[in-house]
Amino acid sequence: MAEIFELGIADIRSGVASGDFTAKEVAETFIGRVSAAKALNAVLVETPDHALAAAEATDKAKAAGETLGKMAGVPIGMKDLFCTEGVATTAGSLILEGFTPQYESTVSSNLFKAGAGMLGKLNMDQFAMGSSNETSAFGNVISPWRRNDGGNTDMAPGGSSGGSAAVVSGRICPAATGTDTGGSIRQPAAFVGITGFKPTYGRCSRWGTIAFASSLDQAGPMAHDVRDCAIMLEAMAGFDPKDSTSLELPVPEWEAGLKSDLAGKRIGIPKEYRVDNMPPEIDALWQQGIEWLKDAGAKIVEVSLPHTKYALPAYYIIAPAEASSNLARYDGVRYGMRDLPDGAGLQDMYAATREAGFGPEVKRRIMIGTYVLSAGYYDAYYTQAQKVRTLISQDFDKAWESCDLLLTPTAPSAAFGLGEKSDDPLAMYLNDVFTVPSSLAGLPAISVPAGLDGQGLPLGLQIIGKALDEQSVFNAGLALEERAGFVAKPEQWW
Amino acid sequence: MSMTESTYRIQGGTGEWEVVIGLEVHAQITTNAKLFSGASTEFGAEPNTQVSLVDAAMPGMLPVLNKECVRQAVRTGLAIDAQINKYSRFDRKNYFYADLPQGYQISQLYHPIVGEGKIEISLDEKDPDAHGKTIGVERIHIEQDAGKLMHDQHPTMSYVDLNRCGVALMEIVSMPDMTSPKEAAAYVRKLRSILRYVGSCDGNMEQGSMRADVNVSVRKPGDELGTRTETKNVNSLRYIQQVIEYEAQRQVDVIESGGDIVQETRLFDPDKNETRSMRSKEDAHDYRYFPDPDLLPLELEDDFIFDCKASLPELPDEKRARYKNVLGLSAYNAAVLTAEHETAIWFEELLETTDEPEKIASSAANWLTSELFGALNKMGLSIEKSPVSPQQAAELLGLVADGTISGKIAKQVFEIMLETGDGAAKIVEEKGLKQESDTGAIEKVIADVMAANEDKVAQYRGGKDKLFGFFVGQTMKAMQGKANPQVVNELLKKTLGPAG
Repeated sequence: MAEIFELGIADIRSGVASGDFTAKEVAETFIGRVSAAKALNAVLVETPDHALAAAEATDKAKAAGETLGKMAGVPIGMKDLFCTEGVATTAGSLILEGFTPQYESTVSSNLFKAGAGMLGKLNMDQFAMGSSNETSAFGNVISPWRRNDGGNTDMAPGGSSGGSAAVVSGRICPAATGTDTGGSIRQPAAFVGITGFKPTYGRCSRWGTIAFASSLDQAGPMAHDVRDCAIMLEAMAGFDPKDSTSLELPVPEWEAGLKSDLAGKRIGIPKEYRVDNMPPEIDALWQQGIEWLKDAGAKIVEVSLPHTKYALPAYYIIAPAEASSNLARYDGVRYGMRDLPDGAGLQDMYAATREAGFGPEVKRRIMIGTYVLSAGYYDAYYTQAQKVRTLISQDFDKAWESCDLLLTPTAPSAAFGLGEKSDDPLAMYLNDVFTVPSSLAGLPAISVPAGLDGQGLPLGLQIIGKALDEQSVFNAGLALEERAGFVAKPEQWW
Repeated sequence: MSMTESTYRIQGGTGEWEVVIGLEVHAQITTNAKLFSGASTEFGAEPNTQVSLVDAAMPGMLPVLNKECVRQAVRTGLAIDAQINKYSRFDRKNYFYADLPQGYQISQLYHPIVGEGKIEISLDEKDPDAHGKTIGVERIHIEQDAGKLMHDQHPTMSYVDLNRCGVALMEIVSMPDMTSPKEAAAYVRKLRSILRYVGSCDGNMEQGSMRADVNVSVRKPGDELGTRTETKNVNSLRYIQQVIEYEAQRQVDVIESGGDIVQETRLFDPDKNETRSMRSKEDAHDYRYFPDPDLLPLELEDDFIFDCKASLPELPDEKRARYKNVLGLSAYNAAVLTAEHETAIWFEELLETTDEPEKIASSAANWLTSELFGALNKMGLSIEKSPVSPQQAAELLGLVADGTISGKIAKQVFEIMLETGDGAAKIVEEKGLKQESDTGAIEKVIADVMAANEDKVAQYRGGKDKLFGFFVGQTMKAMQGKANPQVVNELLKKTLGPAG
């Protein structure tokens, strides 16, 4: 039998339910894994007491013969973007240093109600702005993966949910929450060979999740496989009257609906996603994915999403615009850092606090956002970007006339070494080229690990579905997963 | 028809100047909770005791629209005959200030909930011949109020009270249709009356529930509009008029001495009775308005609008017309009784005690505007706090109408009612104030009076008809005022015979 730390959500849940091990044993195992993984810098705050308390509650409920929750006995990692009651929450930024929320985000609260415990708060790109975890104010996360060249270059775990990616792939937490604004679940999942799911915008409440770009931010699961993601998303999702953009719909039983037979499904291959300079390995994997889906019974059709090339520029206008306003509340007055130089007035305090508290990437995006909303530029940038967003949504609507799902690579490259792209923001932004369009359209999408590149690094394939049709996305993901047989794991060096 | 007020002019060295005024009235919506949070809106609470996580802009907090605020804004729009926009949207107005924790105010710039409407004003509602005018309303939108800074609590620091932060306001923007301080005051008075009728704002200017940004410009009659200035947060009718007078004169002086008016925001200093520049257009904030991504566009259903319409009470203009045309009240009484909703409610409760309100309406209105208002005024009470209820008043007026007591005795009874809270009939009974209408008893007193004043009887019969009043007075006096004056008159005429 596998060691407990190698198990994912479904296996832990059934092991606890059948009495193979107790929830407490599971919690203790992962608490040990967390405290032994400090070299990865993936966990900002360890919360062993939380994980133990949840485990004990599960064991007690089981002993009492009570029905166990969907996540009973499963300890998870929590991206530090989720406000957790009584546990420091920073969004990876100095400006929130010392902030301890007196409230629990809806997503974390839902997970806890389903029986999950929390192992710790996970490092991330500052305010979820980044694709490599290098914008965290608390040092970057190091990926558990290394190139197979015998070297020891530290690899980027992807971002912004890099801490989540690292702990799940390193078997330090069996699963973790992520958030995805333009690819922040899917790209890191692809970089570390795990499965990440971004649901339809509005499935998961944003209440208590620190905002980056409100119209794009969505929470989702990052886990070993498709089934685990389905289980965890069922626990996370649901209508929340405290979030006006939350969908007032029941949560489907995705796990029960899992089916890898794709007979009757049409899979679209968007021709605009064949970008210049794409590594041949990624193109080859994409072709392989097409074959796998055919094998699962799907029909493959070529489709066109003609406005794809405008998605990234539109995203880098809309997301910073919203961020520039969302981040105005970090002013040093009520929580977090305050820098009050001698003799400073109100405006000086704002300036000093924000200068010291925000990292360079956050400042860059606040400045971009402020610029594109300014009088005289608003129409040329923001209004135009919103029009592009509408056109991109219409591209997808049109595609759905001839197909049910889309298959694309998740990212245009495998993981890169830390520092290799950090001085070129535009190159970094290109990481999101395949994930951003579906974010702009609010569509559900999954990244499934599908293979390794020549350097032994994982590569992911992405399935994008229609709004609210998470089930088909999960099912196609499962078909890929079964055929890819991805079992590679990073060797433990930390 | 008096038109003097419509031709308000500033006399400058170069001739007459016309003043053009537009008002942006901020009216706090009457609701228990804030626009986007559940925190209380009660006035006068200890600082920072009515602040939710949303109001304090804690990380990850999201606004949820309070539907009651939407309802009140729509009802207000319907009350001024305005277009209701079935699609509206909230925008963020971004700026940094200590009273604004979010760093933005949620408002409605691009798509307000209420479009164009109008308000009929009269410079003197009580004068049927007063100059009337229609003032256009450009729009009404909903927005959040900011917190309050207190600069007098500490020698080097300012304190912030977030209780007001997030409270719902309607911004009611007029067209530049007013041309005199009095018109502006009449507009605000009428708007306040409508808001109070609708129940969407308590109109309390002292507590800040209603305040105005006053836009003023001047021009030579017939010229294009001049450059305007905006004086912020003026919170009384008197100050609004003072701001206009001061600003118009200042602008004329600047222009006539060769200067230009700068488009700017100004502040009113009531102690010095002057306005001062706050910031010019060049220093104006770039608010970077954009649609709030935390809120969905607001789409109103026909049923909702219909229900809002059905929930409106009879509004002051309709009510005044009905009081005049159906109840037969004088223009003065109709205006006085409808100006405040509470007065009209009181009056109508009184009328409800009878099946034929037209019969008592005029006498009741007269009594209310003289006796009741006089008494309340003396006691410093509003009509809702009147110690005499409309039903008690009806009882008193009924005793006069059926001849049980005279009007004069009624005043006396009313005094006692105010003091004791007793009913009129009980007081009349206990104090023996019933009016004497028995002709026998009155005839006997008349005979006594005539016997005691034989000389005056002779003079009267000799043609001095003015003495008639003397006999009435003597008879009433002898009967302690309780005689029915009509009966006294008739009997005296009969007994004394014709004068001369």
